[in-house]
Amino acid sequence: MTETLIEKLDYQATFDCVQCGYCLPACPTYLAFKKEKHSPRGRINLVKMAAEGKIGIEDMREGIDLCLGCRACETVCPTNVRYGDILMSAVEVLKDNKKMGIFEKGVRRAAFKVVLKNKQILRLVNKGLYAYQISGVKRLINRRNLLNPMEKYRDLNKAMPDVRLSRRLKNPPNPFRKSAIQVGFFQGCIMDVFFNRINDLAVKILSRHGMEVTNIPSQACCGALQHHAGEHNQTVELAKKNIEAYEAYDFDYIVNTIGGCGATLKEYPKLFKEGTEWHRRAVNFTAKIRDISEMMAIVDLNFQYEVSKNAIFQPSCHLENVQQVFEDPLKIIKSIPGLNYIELKDKALCCGSAGIYNILHFEESMQILDMKMKNVKVARPELIITSNPGCHIQMQLGVEREGLSDEISVKHIVEVVAEACGI
Amino acid sequence: MKEKIIEKLSEIVGDRLLTDIDERVSYGYDASFGQYMPDYVVQVMSAEEVREIIQLANTYEIPIYPRGASTSLSGGPLPVHAGIVMDFSQWNQYLEIFPDDLLIKASPGVKTGDIHQLAEEHNLMYPPDPSSSSICTIGGNLAENAGGPRGVKYGVTKDFVLGLEVVTAEGEIIRTGGNTVKNVTGYDLTKLLIGSEGTLGIITEATLRLIPKPMDTKTAMVIFDDLYTAGKSISKILTSGVRPSKMEILDQNAINKVEDYARLHLPRTAAAILLVEVDGDPDALTKELNVIQRALLEIEVDNVQIAKTKEEEARLWQVRKLVSPAIVQSGYTKISEDATVPLSKIPDMFRKIDEVKKKYNLNIVVFGHAGDGNLHPTINTNMRDAEEVSKVEDAVEEIFRYAIELGGTLSGEHGIGTMKKPFFPVEVGEAGMLFQKAIKQALDPKNILNPGKIFPEAGEKRLVLKND
Ligand SMILES: Cc1cc2nc3c(=O)[nH]c(=O)nc-3n(C[C@H](O)[C@H](O)[C@H](O)COP(=O)(O)OP(=O)(O)OC[C@H]3O[C@@H](n4cnc5c(N)ncnc54)[C@H](O)[C@@H]3O)c2cc1C
Ligand code: SF4
Ligand code: SF4
Repeated sequence: MTETLIEKLDYQATFDCVQCGYCLPACPTYLAFKKEKHSPRGRINLVKMAAEGKIGIEDMREGIDLCLGCRACETVCPTNVRYGDILMSAVEVLKDNKKMGIFEKGVRRAAFKVVLKNKQILRLVNKGLYAYQISGVKRLINRRNLLNPMEKYRDLNKAMPDVRLSRRLKNPPNPFRKSAIQVGFFQGCIMDVFFNRINDLAVKILSRHGMEVTNIPSQACCGALQHHAGEHNQTVELAKKNIEAYEAYDFDYIVNTIGGCGATLKEYPKLFKEGTEWHRRAVNFTAKIRDISEMMAIVDLNFQYEVSKNAIFQPSCHLENVQQVFEDPLKIIKSIPGLNYIELKDKALCCGSAGIYNILHFEESMQILDMKMKNVKVARPELIITSNPGCHIQMQLGVEREGLSDEISVKHIVEVVAEACGI
Repeated sequence: MKEKIIEKLSEIVGDRLLTDIDERVSYGYDASFGQYMPDYVVQVMSAEEVREIIQLANTYEIPIYPRGASTSLSGGPLPVHAGIVMDFSQWNQYLEIFPDDLLIKASPGVKTGDIHQLAEEHNLMYPPDPSSSSICTIGGNLAENAGGPRGVKYGVTKDFVLGLEVVTAEGEIIRTGGNTVKNVTGYDLTKLLIGSEGTLGIITEATLRLIPKPMDTKTAMVIFDDLYTAGKSISKILTSGVRPSKMEILDQNAINKVEDYARLHLPRTAAAILLVEVDGDPDALTKELNVIQRALLEIEVDNVQIAKTKEEEARLWQVRKLVSPAIVQSGYTKISEDATVPLSKIPDMFRKIDEVKKKYNLNIVVFGHAGDGNLHPTINTNMRDAEEVSKVEDAVEEIFRYAIELGGTLSGEHGIGTMKKPFFPVEVGEAGMLFQKAIKQALDPKNILNPGKIFPEAGEKRLVLKND
């Protein structure tokens, strides 16, 4: 046994897994790839075996790389295995063990080192550019497409939403504490570029329902992509920045519209050692984090218009499995006048977007998306409601690939609520 | 040699042959203990493929380890002597119901839960309901003769099988039984193969019997101040004239764990609770529960709460479902046993477990299928603490031996596999074991099918939870 590996990998947590297999039917990659090493039970075992030196570090790679990180396995696990922690430990060990391929490196750099981390650049990049060029990720895909005349990424590009010019959200900090609920807005970086209209609408919805919303300038990216890539130090740095930034205000809630970002924010305490000052600060910060749907569920939404559509809901994995928000979005959707909610079969299964999974593992991601679209076609909705930008793009892509763009539109839950409220 | 076998296997199953180390290591465990490394994994999809692989294995004398979903709690599918793991989990395509004949036919990889669902869609029921139904395969259920809560009224897997398609150790495809409930043509091979843990033949198709789905259910919770009375009341209920469809017991430890975990307003101070379900004609159900209540009054048990609504009923069964997750402690591994005793001996068994718990200072929770004497004493242990593991081994052994002493059995439903084989001769006797071995020898002379299971190897006398 290698001492250091046992320490680096979350070997202790692997003992919580009793190998019962309850997670198998919940795991999209197991269902799609049909092999035990692509299941949560298999992956946990790979980590355990690697820690014990029974297999090599590289032997974990394929199984771990192809995990979506959707964490549906945690929700169904009867023994509460901390799969997310085990996964992250393996990702970090793998990252340290080998240099990434050029492409992967390029995508990752572009995605979160350069573009996502620096808001200023993000805004500049955004200004005056078309949707297809905004993010480093997209440019890289295009370049790769030129070099390699594969069609595979073309659909993905098509599915990327038209990007509006990013501008600072209004609502500057208000120095006077009002009696209204005080909401600090967390805009998120991908959201900022791709979906800032949704952020705008979310702020409007909250304000319209009597809350005081403040969007603070000092916030940083949540760190989700860095975290998923095993960049621990960068993640901690970003977490500290955010905690500090929001501590400067007296907010009741800190609200975001991105399932994945919210999940990362809610898990900040895990980044710090228990008992430390930073851990305590992280816990306080996290206690205030809410998804927009949690907020919309506590107010009496003032609906003005009908949304007469047959609609399905594709939940965000991280909203459900990490943030543990299951019912709120459904409650809201079902209360929208005129809307006919149809339950999508196996809706909890990840759509295969999973951060930048659909870029790094395009084919596999499409296999998972195809499983999803099979059920979508059975439900025959006119509207797919999402709660996370990644899912949004992926579902859009699914619709494109099936040639259903004329029949099905994809909207974020905030857009639908805003429409019904006349915002 | 290995190359040659790889070549031949891939001729049979194509890319459903897995040989990389990360693949192989992923087929080396089950829900019990131990980790082994097979040489090859084949994901079979037809009886013909199974036949060809068995013939190959016969020629080269390579062990074959059948594997369903690997939820076995006794080491059934573990490839203890390496060789070939034959994975059935992906062979789930064939599932056909014949409602007018009240039967279902299924390929071995079909999940038990899918069988339940299809039967229900036709207002029928396939009663065997292991808690693992949403994952385990029908092939695994047949090989382990799996049971479940409904066993008290309806029986176990073997009671619902009409016929099997089996590939023998010699590589012949045969059929046992048929499509009718009555069938006495020759030996009852179907029953012999069920529960044989993959050691006598490979099951490639099953014909299962269905019954009409009961119209309704009703559930009561009986609360006890002492374990002895709880044990006694089980026989009392079963002799009252009513036949409950489920009867599950939780001891105080289990009740409190569930309460800590989910806050369902359970009586924390009760020594035990018993959940009793009756099923059938809705008009009869209340009457049946009344009969049970009256019977219990005779032994001065009067704390009976009947679920008034479907929600309340669901909440009660939720309690039973939550035992498993609730008793888990982070960092600890759960060891579930399933020694089974005659009904009248349940109070003794409870007492013994309590004794063992104190003697070895272990964290033991007891719950289980009270109606058929099948208890699941469950121990939380730290598998990294060698001393504690050996204490657990002693404790489990003591429980096994006591169950046998009481006229019970080592295993009600989880099977012998690798885990309980040291105690096999203790229960069946030396002659009994030789008789069974003779059957194995006759049907699988080269010992190719799942070797290293059921029968202890020379000198194997102790329970061992770790293999390294
Ligand atoms: C959480 C949990 C709850 C459980 N609850 C119950 C319960 O309530 N009742 C109960 O009885 N059991 C229970 N079990 C045990 C287990 O689920 C059963 O033994 C089940 O039948 C195993 O099915 P499987 O598909 O996982 O088979 P596996 O575990 O893969 O294999 C079991 C045995 O069957 C053999 N086998 C598999 N397929 C074939 C085939 N096609 N032909 C020949 N042999 C084959 C294997 O070699 C092995 O010996 C539980 C297990 C878990 C983890
Ligand atoms: S459900 Fe949990 S305990 Fe069971 S195999 Fe999966 S991760 Fe392990
Ligand atoms: S995180 Fe998602 S993809 Fe990964 S093992 Fe869990 S369920 Fe499967």
